[in-house]
Amino acid sequence: MKKSVSNLNPLTKKNFITLLICVVIFAAVQFWQASGSMGSLYQGLLVPICIYVIMAVSLNLVVGYLGELSLGHAGFMCVGAYTSSLFSIMTQSTISNSLLRFAIAILIGGIFAAIFGVIVGIPVLRLRGDYLAIVTLAFGEIIKNLMNVLYVGVDNNGIHIAIEDSTKLNIDYTNGGKIILNGPQGITGTPRDSNFIIGFILVMITLIVIMNFVNSRTGRAITAIRDNRIAAASVGINVTKYKLIAFALAAFFAGVAGALYSHNTASLSATTKNFGYMMSIMVLVYVVLGGMASLRGSVIATIILYALPEVLRQFNDDINNYRMLIYAIILIVMMLINNNDTIKNKLNQFKNNKNKSPKGKEPETVKEAEV
Amino acid sequence: MEFISYLVNGISLGSIYALIALGYTMVYGIAKMLNFAHGDVIMIGGYVVFTAMTTMGLNPWLSILIGIVFCTLLGVVIEKVAYKPLRSATSLAVLITAIGVSYFLQNLALIIFGAGGKTFTSVVNIEPVSLFGGQVTISGETIVTILVSVVLMVVLTLFVNRTKPGRAMLAVSEDKGAAQLMGVNVNRTISLTFAIGSALAAIAGVLMCSTFPSLTPYIGAMPGIRAFVAAVFGGIGSIPGAMIGGVLIGIIENLSKAYISSQMSDAIVFAVLIIVLLVKPTGIMGKKIAEKV
Amino acid sequence: MALLEVKNLGISFGGLRAVDGLNLQIEKGTLYGLIGPNGAGKTTVFNLLTGVYKPTIGTFALDGEVLNGKSQAQINHKGIARTFQNIRLFSKMSVLDNVKVGLHNNCKYSAFAGVFRLPSYFKQEKAMNKEAMEILKVFDLDKEASVTAENLPYGKQRKLEIARALATHPKLLLLDEPAAGMNPNETEELMQTIRFVRDEFDMTILLIEHDMRLVSGICEQLTVLNFGMELAKGETSAVLNNPEVITAYLGE
Repeated sequence: MKKSVSNLNPLTKKNFITLLICVVIFAAVQFWQASGSMGSLYQGLLVPICIYVIMAVSLNLVVGYLGELSLGHAGFMCVGAYTSSLFSIMTQSTISNSLLRFAIAILIGGIFAAIFGVIVGIPVLRLRGDYLAIVTLAFGEIIKNLMNVLYVGVDNNGIHIAIEDSTKLNIDYTNGGKIILNGPQGITGTPRDSNFIIGFILVMITLIVIMNFVNSRTGRAITAIRDNRIAAASVGINVTKYKLIAFALAAFFAGVAGALYSHNTASLSATTKNFGYMMSIMVLVYVVLGGMASLRGSVIATIILYALPEVLRQFNDDINNYRMLIYAIILIVMMLINNNDTIKNKLNQFKNNKNKSPKGKEPETVKEAEV
Repeated sequence: MEFISYLVNGISLGSIYALIALGYTMVYGIAKMLNFAHGDVIMIGGYVVFTAMTTMGLNPWLSILIGIVFCTLLGVVIEKVAYKPLRSATSLAVLITAIGVSYFLQNLALIIFGAGGKTFTSVVNIEPVSLFGGQVTISGETIVTILVSVVLMVVLTLFVNRTKPGRAMLAVSEDKGAAQLMGVNVNRTISLTFAIGSALAAIAGVLMCSTFPSLTPYIGAMPGIRAFVAAVFGGIGSIPGAMIGGVLIGIIENLSKAYISSQMSDAIVFAVLIIVLLVKPTGIMGKKIAEKV
Repeated sequence: MALLEVKNLGISFGGLRAVDGLNLQIEKGTLYGLIGPNGAGKTTVFNLLTGVYKPTIGTFALDGEVLNGKSQAQINHKGIARTFQNIRLFSKMSVLDNVKVGLHNNCKYSAFAGVFRLPSYFKQEKAMNKEAMEILKVFDLDKEASVTAENLPYGKQRKLEIARALATHPKLLLLDEPAAGMNPNETEELMQTIRFVRDEFDMTILLIEHDMRLVSGICEQLTVLNFGMELAKGETSAVLNNPEVITAYLGE
């Protein structure tokens, strides 16, 4: 540990500060909770914030570092939510330690989501750009749709799975057999194992794993693919393999977020709002507004964009409607500022004039390089 | 006999998809971008016509005209404000911006009209037609939708192939730079493309709302995505491809609802998209584009 | 046996034969030039040799191993590395990281070791940094190691591309117009660097170039392409004095 602190290069120093920010926020919340002045509204926001921070940080791996737009991230969250819930309910009587059971459930949610990530990724990652985005959206919707027609039940004979109709399950109800996943009605009775401390720990694990991943040989390969796919292939990087690794890792953490989600709600069902493309887009908004390839940005943007309107809502109910509109406008304006050369140059000029520093980009060489 | 009625309804639904898909495919062909907000233009069209016809009590024809004009302008404005500054940006940036626009339109509608569904009064007042001695009934909406779509597609095909601005569109989609050197005003052509696509979306909106009368801020999103599937299916950039793709997707959706599973029609339509993209990524009528290294 | 053995290599795009029946033998340690007028198919040859395009006819082999049909990454593993005519750097990454991506396959710690920071991570990263800095020093880029690649001046970007290609430990280095856009001083310096790379790393180099001073200055052998076909081949001075070559360049 000492060694890694002593030779902090700029990159790990940045990561260290990000983690520090998270710890400080966590400590502040703990104090707040301990003082007894935290209202139930705020209490209720804590776990969801952890969920969406994990979602945003993991999506940033795909969008910010790999440079591919995935609109199906909520689909992986859905897989994690359902599989972890099924596991928890089925083992509720056999594993009595709820912490252990939840830990395994989270792992199962993550692993199943990652498996789906690989299954989806193998065909999808051959595509590029707009096609990839729309196909990930399609897969996300398919996952959501399948969850809505899936029925799972247990009885003495074991687990029964059916599609479309609960009567096809053939459950022996006489000996305590029951339906766990009931099609569109979803799953009720998942143990409420999620809490803020577990959420915080998962956020930290997600951040550390993704930071270390990005800052390793594999992460460099992924960033190289983003910057120039053909050049990456020319130096011997297997583009599909590394895309798939990034995709599966991101899906894994989306699954973890899903497990946190499903163990925080009394009844779980898949709708457009929680597991559909609307959610994927919401998380994408957090990522883009926080800054592509900036994990700290994802964390802060998620906290602010998720919590602020919920907090403001107690003062004025209409604000919630306006927040989405405002996000949309900020999103468009941010994209224009970051991607339009004219606006970018003007901003740079403005900055240079203000700082009067000679450090700014030398426009001449940059221009020449573009030829 | 049931089959025929499913088929006809499928064609009708598919015609709506085709009209929407035309907007996607023309914009993709010319601006090389996926206009994610295109589906939401349909929704705006629906609301404008609804407001003019029901709230203001105007004549249906006038209301439709207002809706078309409004959407046409909207399409042009969206292009000018959000997409034009990003001509040289990455496709990722343009797509995220388009998602922003989609988000903006949905939430604007949410604020103005509320989340509750509005009941759209059908603009069609034709009696249903009975075939085969009453075994098959085809609604007036279905007939009008198919007829209007066929007429619009014929007109559009003639416009693109026979008129100067239409050929300019083809030229720009083939090679922007060369078209510019040949004196084609690229910016105006792109504006025109957005205008035509949005006008078609408005008409599709009216037809869709007449068939499925409930109007909410989110009604454009799913048909928009299905229409995009249709455009890809037919070969993105290809006008006849979008028409054929749209009708086929409509038929696939309706028949799978009838004979496979009503709850899984979304999954089936999207599975079609995925299969098409994996087997023949350029669609039925698209052409292969080689990458320059 | 020659290091690179190209036999009857060709590719057509929609009926147009971009490269047709090309034969090349490049001996180990040679500085070989591929020249020809614009559109002669030179870059296409590079794209064929690096797996970007799959040849429609013919074969090519490195050290006796046939490589056509293999992917870009596989061909690089076998020992062919290249630079690009229109620079393709990892523009948002640092100069050092660009070279470290080049070293990717020369270090073997797993993604798992990277995430959990096992000892193999630290050991190999340290070795990679050291080697990357050594390579950068050859190209006089070591002082800019932490600069973002896109902020480098043009000439240095070209050098960085060569450094990155070299980091993959190739047997054969393909340089696509390395001097394009450089002024005479920079070109002179580049010529020395290329020679140095050949001598120091015992490298075989095939390069495309329009700058005749560079070609006649460093290339020992030449192949001239015209309309996708070989027009002339042999010792540099002999080829450059070949009347057919002069005609192809200057027109009738």
